[in-house]
Amino acid sequence: MADRNKGSMNLKNILANNAVPIIFIGLSAIAIPISGFSGTYLIQEMLTRLARNSFLVLSLLIPILAGMGLNFGMVLGAMAGQIGLIFVTDWAVSGVSGMALAALIGTPIAVVLGYICGAVLNKAKGREMVTSYILGFFVNGVYQLIVLYTMGKLIPISNPQLVLSRGYGIRNAINLTGVRHALDNLIPFRISGIDVPLATFIFIGMFCLFIVWFRKTKIGQDMRALGQDMKVAEEAGIPVERTRIIAILISTILACYGQIIFLQNIGTMNTYNSHEQAGMFAIAAILIGGASVSRATITNVFVGVILFHLMFVVSPMAGKELIGQAQLGEYFRVFVSYGIIALALVLHAWRRMRAKAEARRSLRGEE
Amino acid sequence: MPEGVPLLKMENIGKEFFGNRVLYDVSFSLMPGEIMGLVGENGAGKSTLMNILFGMSVIQETGGYEGKIFIDGEEKTFKDPFDALEAGIGMVHQEFSLIPGFTATENILLNRESMKYNPLVEVFGDRFKTLDRQDMQKRAEKAIDTLGVALDPDTLISEMPVGHKQFTEIAREIDRQKTRLLVLDEPTAVLAESEATVLIDALKKLAAQGIAIIFISHRLQEIIDLCDKIVVLRDGRVIQEARTENTNVRQIASWMVGRQISGEACPDEGKERTCGDVILKTEHLWVDMPGETVRDVSIEVRRGEIFGLGGLAGQGKVGIPNGIMGLYISGGKVFVRGKEIKLNDPAASLNEGMAFVSEDRRGVGLLLDEGIDWNITFTAMQIQEKFIKKLFGGLIKWRDDKAVTKCTEDFIKALEIRCTGPKQRAVELSGGNQQKVCLAKAFAVAPEILFVSEPTRGIDVGAKKLVLDTLRRVNEESGTTIIMTSSELEELRSVCDRIAIINEGRVSGILPACSPAEEFGLLMLGHVGEGLAEPVPAGNGRC
Repeated sequence: MADRNKGSMNLKNILANNAVPIIFIGLSAIAIPISGFSGTYLIQEMLTRLARNSFLVLSLLIPILAGMGLNFGMVLGAMAGQIGLIFVTDWAVSGVSGMALAALIGTPIAVVLGYICGAVLNKAKGREMVTSYILGFFVNGVYQLIVLYTMGKLIPISNPQLVLSRGYGIRNAINLTGVRHALDNLIPFRISGIDVPLATFIFIGMFCLFIVWFRKTKIGQDMRALGQDMKVAEEAGIPVERTRIIAILISTILACYGQIIFLQNIGTMNTYNSHEQAGMFAIAAILIGGASVSRATITNVFVGVILFHLMFVVSPMAGKELIGQAQLGEYFRVFVSYGIIALALVLHAWRRMRAKAEARRSLRGEE
Repeated sequence: MPEGVPLLKMENIGKEFFGNRVLYDVSFSLMPGEIMGLVGENGAGKSTLMNILFGMSVIQETGGYEGKIFIDGEEKTFKDPFDALEAGIGMVHQEFSLIPGFTATENILLNRESMKYNPLVEVFGDRFKTLDRQDMQKRAEKAIDTLGVALDPDTLISEMPVGHKQFTEIAREIDRQKTRLLVLDEPTAVLAESEATVLIDALKKLAAQGIAIIFISHRLQEIIDLCDKIVVLRDGRVIQEARTENTNVRQIASWMVGRQISGEACPDEGKERTCGDVILKTEHLWVDMPGETVRDVSIEVRRGEIFGLGGLAGQGKVGIPNGIMGLYISGGKVFVRGKEIKLNDPAASLNEGMAFVSEDRRGVGLLLDEGIDWNITFTAMQIQEKFIKKLFGGLIKWRDDKAVTKCTEDFIKALEIRCTGPKQRAVELSGGNQQKVCLAKAFAVAPEILFVSEPTRGIDVGAKKLVLDTLRRVNEESGTTIIMTSSELEELRSVCDRIAIINEGRVSGILPACSPAEEFGLLMLGHVGEGLAEPVPAGNGRC
């Protein structure tokens, strides 16, 4: 009897802990047949989008490990990547070498931004998410200043196609012809009519291995420790602030690479908007995959990316079939992104409060 | 008597916090393998002494200490806890310092993990070494074996019983090869009796291996069972140092609490006091107040009585009024005038004619940025609609500022609140005057039952006397029943009729205020009915 009780409790717990992905699987199951897309098409789309987005989403894992929550500051890394891409496009370096050069330019910028972000977040312990979110807006202003006013003036940009007609400032949309699909098509691989961006997946695979290995290192263990209890970690002599900066630094650098991979797949860059969406959608994706503010796994990332993009692909079509409006899908996606983030934050606060009350329950006089 | 060079010698240690002296000339020494019990009331200076020994930053920040510390006969000064660790001093604090999602092994070796080399270390540095789980397991098992307890190294801390958490903490200190002196701050406070017995056996084993132990505890029987000698601190002085075989619980208790007791304790003895029927009754009350958990309290307070709640800090006495007033989650039953009241609802408690002067003066007690007048009248306005003018048959409620000012001025005069006027902001007042405002706020609702929690904490002697006199006067003149919580036993004894001593969240005994201090001391330490020369018959109070 007790065992069965325990069993049903476990099932209940599993359902409660994975409520978000389960809801999304349910929604997809309804929307897919309505949309009328073929299996092959959906698989092709999902593979493309996995390759496009996974790297960015994976970059969220390490700050979560270190207890810093969802790193809205990854936007900073995305900006660094974009600056790299602007230069590469200007210098007309194409292909994988173009991407590598973009990464090379982006890295020092990401390091500086990541360090600043880490240092700021150390002053705002426990409020990392909102702080990094606002910091993202602030640095966005700096980014705009540089890209809109100094590029083409102080910073020489020779390619007239990049520069606004007034003579300085970068155009709103940049065609990344040089690096488009450079990585995706590096190793051509086609299986039963489906293109697989193999090289990108190898990269993502390497990243996953890095994370698995990283968790086994001393610094990974330190991050786990301070992620759970900063005070105890500090008392044990773990350099808390330094470790937190490293966590954000790694995340920012990887977000920089992630954005370069993302944009090489898209092929065009929306100079003033691409990075803004990067953070919000990556965070929505990882949460849909079942992650929480304090716990996330590699599986969460892939499940999340697939479910999020499945919604993205399927819902406009389903909307069109149902109501005759494709707009509904896009509306739905944005609406869901923000809703899911709000829900995750509320759930996190609620769970933490419950855990605390639970921990004290033994002290009560209740029998 | 052990001979040779002592492992630890503290000589003439003194410490002052901003002109407030907490330690005077404390000296003792400790041989290897010796177990010393350190006892004293809260505030006797135990924690400060251990903070000095452990090089805690709070000591440096407040101007350092006087005296000398010798390790193996060599003078040492510890700038931070890591220096102390280096010298072989391990400390197990009262609160667990464990990572809940880590296994016992991971916690025992926290930040001292065994590591393996890999080539990436050359690029990124030593912190990129991977952990050597096998070796970690071995080391953890070894430390647990030394301790001689049954502790599974793979269990998560969050899934362990409290006792095992404590063992994990101690095993962590043992794994440090250097540890030769272990300081345990109330290690058994959270343990069940059986767990405590296991812990004491484990500590004896450690001592047999040459590790010296300083054991801080309020459970005197444990001290006698475990320690070779005891040092009793009182008001920052070493009152007594003795071999445990030459003493007993009763003697230690009287050393701990035995101040010069003047006739002050029962000022109006002989004067008849009449108390009525039971006005407040609790049955199995529990309160989930962090740090002051109340587990099971059943008390009866009579009309017109001044009832004291005493006990050591953290034992739950403060939780009782907070629970009854609905400020923390509570359960059990509370009856006022025989009628059960709704718990966890502050408005319901206030409506029953109860008022509360909180120990958290600045947090709960006052609207710091508002004037004295608003502070005093706020609750009365809210609960009883006093100081309110009703217009249009109560449709619109208007604040009656004239009445508010009048009332405030009366209280300022009656309680001698030193201020520039009724409009002065509460935050600008001194602690004592803030406390008077809090009292005035409670008096403004004319409560039948008044809870006052730590009314004299942090205020000067003059204000103290005034506050206590005011409480007495209100009790006499208006017949208000007062339930007063205080950490200062002498204060309770000077005001109250009866005093309940709360220990580990339960009532360990209720005595008339005139009982000897020693009896209260024993109750505070949880020795219910033990060592009492002649039990005081219940109901022998002034009521």
